[in-house]
Amino acid sequence: MNKLFIRILVIFWKDMLTELRTKEVITSVLVFALLVLVIFNFAFGMRADGMEFVAPGILWVALTFGGVLGFNRIFAVEKENSRLEGLMLCPVDRAVIYWGKLAGGFTFMLAVAIVITPIFLALFNLPLFLPKLALIIVLAIIGFAAVGTLFSAVAVNTRARDIMLPILFLPVVVPVVIAAVKATVPVLAGKSWGDILTWLQIMIAFDIIYLVVATLVFEFVLEE
Amino acid sequence: MNGKHSLRNNILLGLGFALMVAALYMVFIYVPTDKYTGIVQRIFYFHVPVAWVSFLAFFITFVFSILYLWKREVKWDAIACTSAEIGVVFTTLVLITGPIWAKPVWGVWWTWDARLTTSLVLWLIYVAYLLVRNFATEPARGARFSAVIGIVGFIDVPIVFLTVNLWRTQHPTAIIFEGGLTTPMLITLLVCIAAFTVLYVLLTIQGANLKSMETDVNRLRNTQAE
Amino acid sequence: MNEKNKASSSWAIEARGVTKLFGDRHALRGIDLRVSRGEHLVIFGPNGAGKTTLVKILSTLVKPSSGSVWLDGINIRDKPVQIRRKISLVSHQTFLYDDLTVYENLKFYGKMYDVPNLEQQIHEVISWVQLESRINDRVGTLSHGLQQRASIARAVLHNPSILFLDEPEVGLDPHASNMIRDMLGSINAGNRTVVMTTHNLERGLELGDSIVILDRGKIVYQTPRSELSKANFQYIYDRYTEIGK
Repeated sequence: MNKLFIRILVIFWKDMLTELRTKEVITSVLVFALLVLVIFNFAFGMRADGMEFVAPGILWVALTFGGVLGFNRIFAVEKENSRLEGLMLCPVDRAVIYWGKLAGGFTFMLAVAIVITPIFLALFNLPLFLPKLALIIVLAIIGFAAVGTLFSAVAVNTRARDIMLPILFLPVVVPVVIAAVKATVPVLAGKSWGDILTWLQIMIAFDIIYLVVATLVFEFVLEE
Repeated sequence: MNGKHSLRNNILLGLGFALMVAALYMVFIYVPTDKYTGIVQRIFYFHVPVAWVSFLAFFITFVFSILYLWKREVKWDAIACTSAEIGVVFTTLVLITGPIWAKPVWGVWWTWDARLTTSLVLWLIYVAYLLVRNFATEPARGARFSAVIGIVGFIDVPIVFLTVNLWRTQHPTAIIFEGGLTTPMLITLLVCIAAFTVLYVLLTIQGANLKSMETDVNRLRNTQAE
Repeated sequence: MNEKNKASSSWAIEARGVTKLFGDRHALRGIDLRVSRGEHLVIFGPNGAGKTTLVKILSTLVKPSSGSVWLDGINIRDKPVQIRRKISLVSHQTFLYDDLTVYENLKFYGKMYDVPNLEQQIHEVISWVQLESRINDRVGTLSHGLQQRASIARAVLHNPSILFLDEPEVGLDPHASNMIRDMLGSINAGNRTVVMTTHNLERGLELGDSIVILDRGKIVYQTPRSELSKANFQYIYDRYTEIGK
């Protein structure tokens, strides 16, 4: 058990080191997410009134599409130099590779959210300290990463690599997006935990189900 | 195809034909016009069975995807894939007949209610299943990847339905029927469901057989060439 | 235990009836192969013969469509994870991360393989491939020849008992190629079993203990090296790959 964990950490460490050196993915995704925030603001006419209904959607569109952009990279990087084969030769269960990559994907999305969310809150003149929102974001990101990591491995092995990931990913994460947006609305309006409890439960259920299913199914994606 | 299968197929064909004729008779002649919504309500007898089949088809894809990943027999994949192809057609019909029925009755083309929204997401997942097969670099990979999608996607469907349902309970929902289903309506509906289910089974068997034969022919052709 | 599952553990590698289909195309057909411990086997064959596919199947990267493979007496279907500890692959792809240094790449693989005394082992292996001066350089800055040396370092880091080499000298200039040859000459010190594919007849004959010719997915000829000279091998190679045409 300990060895499994170490190997997951090793894969995670390797990915973090690479990303810290190049910073290519995080910068492009951050810029993209910011652009989404700005463009959507203009698209909705920049009205001051009614914004509290539209604002949560804007945040989640930015995070969802930023996620799609970032998740593609998770396995695309392993295509060069046939590194994925190098990983597959290692004496580890294939699921370990999934969890190692998942850790990286989750951390990456978390970093994006940590930067984007305060900017979003400031742009829309909302309070900056919202622990409930932090929880919603973390739960949603777990779901995104669970699905995105699995589908990244699939998409990267097809001919239309870049378009395949959103086609696979977006329909499946619909419940997460719905729950996240529906939970964000009351939080921005300062409501209590009771209002968002069901949505949190849905996200937790989704996360657990998909983490389990993806772990079981991942080896079939990698094998030849 | 050996004799045993031909007999089974012929029985199914006969049954399906009989059921379809019965269904047509019942929908257009037997069942009385709905007093609240009029003639257009008859689309209901088409819309509901087609929706049922679209979900059944995806369930079959789910089951045979698991079987394929487990046993790797090409015929399991042929069934899963054919079922998905038929399923996407039926789901498209659901998405078309839904609005056709909704517009005269409720005045809107589309409502984001749980059933329609789930059908839309289901359609998107079917499309993803078929596209992965299309864009895979080799047929074996395509079969494997789409089997994964078939499993992961199917699990999503009930979650989507529950989530949208929850979302919609915060809004007033359109009421489908004032006064519920009368007996003749119920019987008609059941006959239609049976008819379309048999149709689905026939199409799936034929389609899967065709795919298996294609694979065999290709294999023979390649062995010849070598 | 039925015949299918029994394999004598005196062979390092044993393959029975290995077949691989890609779609409807046969890449490999009914391969039967036995390699003894410490043997250096060279597999020749024209392009498309199935050499790479065979090596990938033997090294557990690809599953055969039918047939079985035993490595050190263990069926790779039963315990793939355990077997991977003992094997290694070098191909013309390096499996290395360009943005990480040579040292970091080796540390990564060392941890994945749970190599004991990792620091020491890394330095030993680096000096064996003569890359000490570049150990802290990013792999992407190395020439292809040096990258290949780093890849070989990666491959022997965990001291595998079976080493697979898939056309290792492809894309290398003559100097780098010679370096690799010299390294490979000493590579089965310690009774390491080596399987190498190539279409360079000279190289292969220099290094091999026994030889196999693969053509269109079938083994068309095999012999221990001692019974061959270069002249008649060229003749045999041309004849056997002619037959298939």
